[in-house]
Amino acid sequence: MSVITVERKVLAKNDVIANENRSAFKRNKNFVINLLSSPGSGKTSLVEKTIEFCKSKIKIAVIEGDVQTDLDAQRIDKLGVPVAQIVTNGGCHLEANLVKDALHSLNTADTELLIIENVGNLVCPAGYDLGEDFKVVVLSVTEGDDKPLKYPAMFRNASVLVINKIDLLPYLKCSIDELKKNALSINPSLKVFETSCTTGKGIDSWCGWIQSNLQSK
Amino acid sequence: MHELGIAQNIIEIVQDQTKNFSNRKIKNVFVKVGKLTNVLNDSLLFGYDALIIGTNLEGSKLSIETVSAKIRCESCGSESMIDGLAFYCERCQSTSVKLISGMELTVSEIEIED
Repeated sequence: MSVITVERKVLAKNDVIANENRSAFKRNKNFVINLLSSPGSGKTSLVEKTIEFCKSKIKIAVIEGDVQTDLDAQRIDKLGVPVAQIVTNGGCHLEANLVKDALHSLNTADTELLIIENVGNLVCPAGYDLGEDFKVVVLSVTEGDDKPLKYPAMFRNASVLVINKIDLLPYLKCSIDELKKNALSINPSLKVFETSCTTGKGIDSWCGWIQSNLQSK
Repeated sequence: MHELGIAQNIIEIVQDQTKNFSNRKIKNVFVKVGKLTNVLNDSLLFGYDALIIGTNLEGSKLSIETVSAKIRCESCGSESMIDGLAFYCERCQSTSVKLISGMELTVSEIEIED
């Protein structure tokens, strides 16, 4: 019996393409965020609100990732923003090559902010680099304040946490302080925003963060 | 479900690394999986066994070594294991810590017949 020593990263192929994406984004001066969350946390609503708030000041493009349908792309299209839909047909996360293909249908040379909305899933997408500047995890208060502890990899790998649906807090047992404490125990450097896409609360701070990042591009 | 894609990546790496040994049987594939990668060993084994059918890896065994999650404290320098949640130094309680293992996902060795 002979042994071949390999020491090769299993996801090396994804990382190579993610770095190609990153180089393309850098060339085009795109600020790129990868939105991650469980299904129904309000990712698409947050994208809509971001577009409404920033559209007059920033050139935005969106990549939507879903297991099935182009319903989300239709919502974004109504706002007059270029959008590409990736349908994974059962795949539980986006990979860098899917994003690379989707870029062909967007004019990223004329884009300042590219939002990639990942497939709704708090587990698998955490491990896949797409070439983004920041992973942003969206957690709605209806999901409960214990979720950061239950899905640590997601909160560890993200740089930003958006706590969404805060208008519902009076009706829930969820404690926003406990939620933040749990998230920061996993990742003390997380930047945290609190938003409601129904009332619009907090959208200005979130968009302010995006704008300050665009200026440093 | 992402274990199936991971298994496919493992198989492609093994095929690439053994292409100069095409007449020799692949017996064992050793992989390291960090505790924080969200990879389920049973699902990975299931995916591997399903995908190697009809390939030159058919009959080979996937051996998974689970790598525990470890942090190094950036304040006092001590190293400690973490059990999923506590990303702080056991010794000085600092939260300024660096993850030094637990995110591995690598093919380490391939055993082939002589």
